[in-house]
Amino acid sequence: MSTEAKTLNTEADATHMRPWHSNWRDYVVYIGFVVIFIVFAVLLQDRGFLSSNNLLNILRQTAIVAIVSMAMSFVLSAGEIDLSVGAIAGLSSVVAGLVLSQYGLFPGILAGLALGLLVGAINGGLTAYLNIPSFLVTLGMMGIARGVGMWVSGTSPVPIINDTFIFIFGSGNIGPVPVLVVWVAILGIVAHIALRKTPFGRKVMSAGGNSIAARYSGVDVRKIKFQVLLLTGMAAAIAGMLYAGRLQSGRFQLGEGDELSVIAAVVLGGTSLFGGRGTVIGSIVGALLIGVINNGLILGGLDYSQQLIARGMLIILAVAVGRSR
Amino acid sequence: MNTQAVTETLAAVRMSDVRKSFGGVHALRGVNLAIQTGTIHALVGENGAGKSTLLKILQGVVTPTEGSIEVFGEHMSSNSPENSRRLGIEMIFQDLSLIPTLSVAQNIFLNREPRRLSIFVDERREIAQAAEIIGQLNLRVDPRTPVFELSPGQAQLTEIAKAIHQDARILILDEPTSSLSAQEADTLFGMLKKLTAAGTAVIYVSHRMTEIMTIADEITILRDGQNVTSGKTSEFTLDSIVQHMVGKRVTGFQYQARPIDRNGKPALSVRGLSGPSGKPNDVSFDVHKGEIVGIAGLMGAGRSELARLLFGVDKKTGGTVELGGTAVEFKSPSDAIKAGIVLVPESRHEEGLVVEHSVGDNLGLPQIGQLVRGPFIDRRREGTLTSDLIKQLRIKTPSADNKVRNLSGGNQQKIVIAKWLAVDPSVVILDEPTAGVDIGSKAEIVELIRTVASSGKSVIVISSEPAELLATSDRILVMNNGRLVREIERDEIESWATTAGDETQSPLIRTELGLQVAIQKATQNVH
Repeated sequence: MSTEAKTLNTEADATHMRPWHSNWRDYVVYIGFVVIFIVFAVLLQDRGFLSSNNLLNILRQTAIVAIVSMAMSFVLSAGEIDLSVGAIAGLSSVVAGLVLSQYGLFPGILAGLALGLLVGAINGGLTAYLNIPSFLVTLGMMGIARGVGMWVSGTSPVPIINDTFIFIFGSGNIGPVPVLVVWVAILGIVAHIALRKTPFGRKVMSAGGNSIAARYSGVDVRKIKFQVLLLTGMAAAIAGMLYAGRLQSGRFQLGEGDELSVIAAVVLGGTSLFGGRGTVIGSIVGALLIGVINNGLILGGLDYSQQLIARGMLIILAVAVGRSR
Repeated sequence: MNTQAVTETLAAVRMSDVRKSFGGVHALRGVNLAIQTGTIHALVGENGAGKSTLLKILQGVVTPTEGSIEVFGEHMSSNSPENSRRLGIEMIFQDLSLIPTLSVAQNIFLNREPRRLSIFVDERREIAQAAEIIGQLNLRVDPRTPVFELSPGQAQLTEIAKAIHQDARILILDEPTSSLSAQEADTLFGMLKKLTAAGTAVIYVSHRMTEIMTIADEITILRDGQNVTSGKTSEFTLDSIVQHMVGKRVTGFQYQARPIDRNGKPALSVRGLSGPSGKPNDVSFDVHKGEIVGIAGLMGAGRSELARLLFGVDKKTGGTVELGGTAVEFKSPSDAIKAGIVLVPESRHEEGLVVEHSVGDNLGLPQIGQLVRGPFIDRRREGTLTSDLIKQLRIKTPSADNKVRNLSGGNQQKIVIAKWLAVDPSVVILDEPTAGVDIGSKAEIVELIRTVASSGKSVIVISSEPAELLATSDRILVMNNGRLVREIERDEIESWATTAGDETQSPLIRTELGLQVAIQKATQNVH
C-alpha cells in the first residue's frame, strides 16, 4: 500500500474524504475463520459438524477462553502480558466454591470477584509501580495462585450444589441460548466499546504504542498498566466461576494451560504481542477459531497427539499470514 | 546588542542565572534569558552548548541545580512534564513523540479527545477537526492513516499539528525542519507567524542559520552553557552568529598531513548512489587508500543514510559502489563486512555495543566465527586477542571481564572502533565518532582515526563537529538534502586560516569559522 493511495486531493475537505482502507491482513482472522469453517462443514458434513448441537457445543467450549481473551486484548495492547489468568481461574473456582458452601450465593460470587481484583491489583501494582516486567510478575503469580488453590482446597474438588450459581455460571440456558453465550455477548460488547470508542481505550493503545510519547501527552501510563492487569484478574476470576458452574465444583486445576490458548486467540485475532494495536472482536473470533479447529479435529477422528500437532501448525500459519509487517 | 533584553511587558519565559550540572559536568553555567510573547526566539549554539538541557528544563524533564524560571510571571516551582504542560509549554521533539499505531487524528487528540455523552470518543468530530488542523499545515493525508505509514516529513507535520492543537502559549521546536522538504518548511513558517500573531511565544532551535535569519524575531546564542548574546535578528549576520557560537576557545586539534597516493585505483568508488526516501540522492565520490574523507552537513542532510547504504543496512535504489575496482552489492551488513566495509554507528548503545556484556565479549563478537574450536568458543584465543586490542587502543578498563556499561563514553567508543578494526576492513565509516565523549577522549579518538588511516585503510568520518572534521579530514564533502553539494580540498581549508573570521583569532578558530560558513552557505543554495 503506497502513501499515494491515501493522499487526498487539494480540494477535498473533511466531509468528502475518501475512507481510509486498512490492510487486508487486519481481517485475516475473519477470513481464516470462514475458510476453516467451510472446509470443516464440507469435510465433516456426515459427522454432524453443522448440527445445532455441535455448534452450541463449540460456543460453550469457547466461551470461557473468549471472555479472558477480551481482557487480554487490553493487556497486550498496553504492551504487557498476563500469564497468571489460568491459575487465577482455578483459584477463584475454589474460593467461590468454599465461600458459597459456607455463606451462600452472593458472598460466594463476591469472594470470587474480590479474589480476581486482589490478584489483579498485585500483578498491576508490581508491574506499574515497581517496574517489574509483567511477564515475570505474572509468571510468579501463576505458581502462587495455583499453589494457594491447591492448598486451600486440600487438592480435592469443592462441590457446588447451589442451583442459581450453576444456572448463572455456565450450565443454564435462556431459551435455546446457553447462558455462557449471553456472558460472551454482553462482556464482548462492553469490552469492544471500551477499547474502541472511549478515551480509556485510546490511552491503553498509546501506553503500548509508545509509552514515552503517551506520558508526554499527559497519559498516566502507570495507572493504565495497573488497570489493564486488574481487568485480566477480574476476567480470569469470572472464568473460574464459569468453570465451577459448568462442572458443579471448584477445582484448583481448572483453567490449566488457558493462558496459552488465550494469548494464541488474542494474537490470532490481530492484537499485537508488542502493544499499540488491539481488537476485542478479533480476539473473540480468534477464540472461536481455535474452538472450531479443536472441534473439527476431534470430529475428524484425529487422536489427541495428532490434534495437538495440527492445532499448533494452524496457529503458526494463521499468525504468519496475518503478520502486519 | 545586550545580554539582558529590556522589557516593559510580561515575558513569556524569564530565566535568571539558571545552572545545571550532571555529576561534575556543568551543562549550564548561568543562563539569563527573556522570551517575549508573540515572538519567534531562536536559540543557537554548537553541540554541547547547553541548548538541549535548557529545553529539557522548560519541558520539566530536568530540574535545574540553581536559578529561577518564571513563566508569564508565575514562578516555575516544581519540575515535571505535567507542570510544564499546565503552564502552557508544548514541545515538538526531534525524535518523534507520536504513537506509531494510532492514526493521525488519534495522535493529535491523544488524551483530549472530543467526547460524546461524556464517555465516548466523538470520532466523527475528531476526524473532521483533525482534517481541518492538518489542512492548515497543507498536510494532505487522510486523518485515519496510522502514523507508521507516514513519511518522516508527514509525521513531523503531524507532531506540529498536535502541538498547535494544544493551544500552547509557549511552543518549543527543536530542529523541526530536519525531515521536512523546503515546501513543507515554508508552510510551517507561515503557521508559526500566524501563531505568534495570536500571541504565542515560539522557541526555535535549529542549526540552519539561513532559516533562523528568515523567521526569527530574536536570537540568543549559547556557548559553553552560557548565553553569549541576545538581540534582534536584524542585528546579526551569518558570520557574526557563527563567530559567537565558536568563540575564542580552541576546541580543535591541529591537522596532520599524511602522504596519500591518489594515483592508483580508489579503495572505494561511489557513483550516483541513491537511497530510499530520497536520501542520499545521486551521490558520487572516491576515497583512496589511507585517505580520511570528512562528511559535513546539517541534521537531516542524509549523511547517516549514506553510511547505512554503504554498510548494507538499507538497500540502495540506484547507483554503484566499487571496492578496489570491483562492483559490490550488499544484501546485509554481513555482506559488507565480508567485502571489507565496516560502520561504527552513531548510536553506539543501540547499534554498536552490548553494554551489559564484558569488554572482552564485545571485542570478540564480530569475529566469533574465527574464534571457535569445534562447537565452542576458544576462550584462550579470545583472551589474547582482546588483551592485545585493549593495550593497543589504551582502553581504560580494570579487566577484559568488566562490563562495557561501567566504562566512560570515550572508552566505549574505542571498543566499538576496536571491535571493527579486528576484522581488518579496507574501508572504515565512523558516524559521529566523538558524540558524547569528553574532550580528552576526543583527542585520543582523533589520534586513533589517524592511526587507522596510516595503516592503509580508507576512512570516512561523518561529524557535526567542524573541529573534528578539520583535524582529521584530508578532504571534506558537504551534504545537503541528500545531495553532495560541495567538495573542499585541504588547500582551501588552509586558506581560511588567513581569510575567515578576523585577525585577532587563532588560525584554528578561523578555519573552523570558515567551515561553519561553508556548510551554512551550501544549505542556502538549495533550501
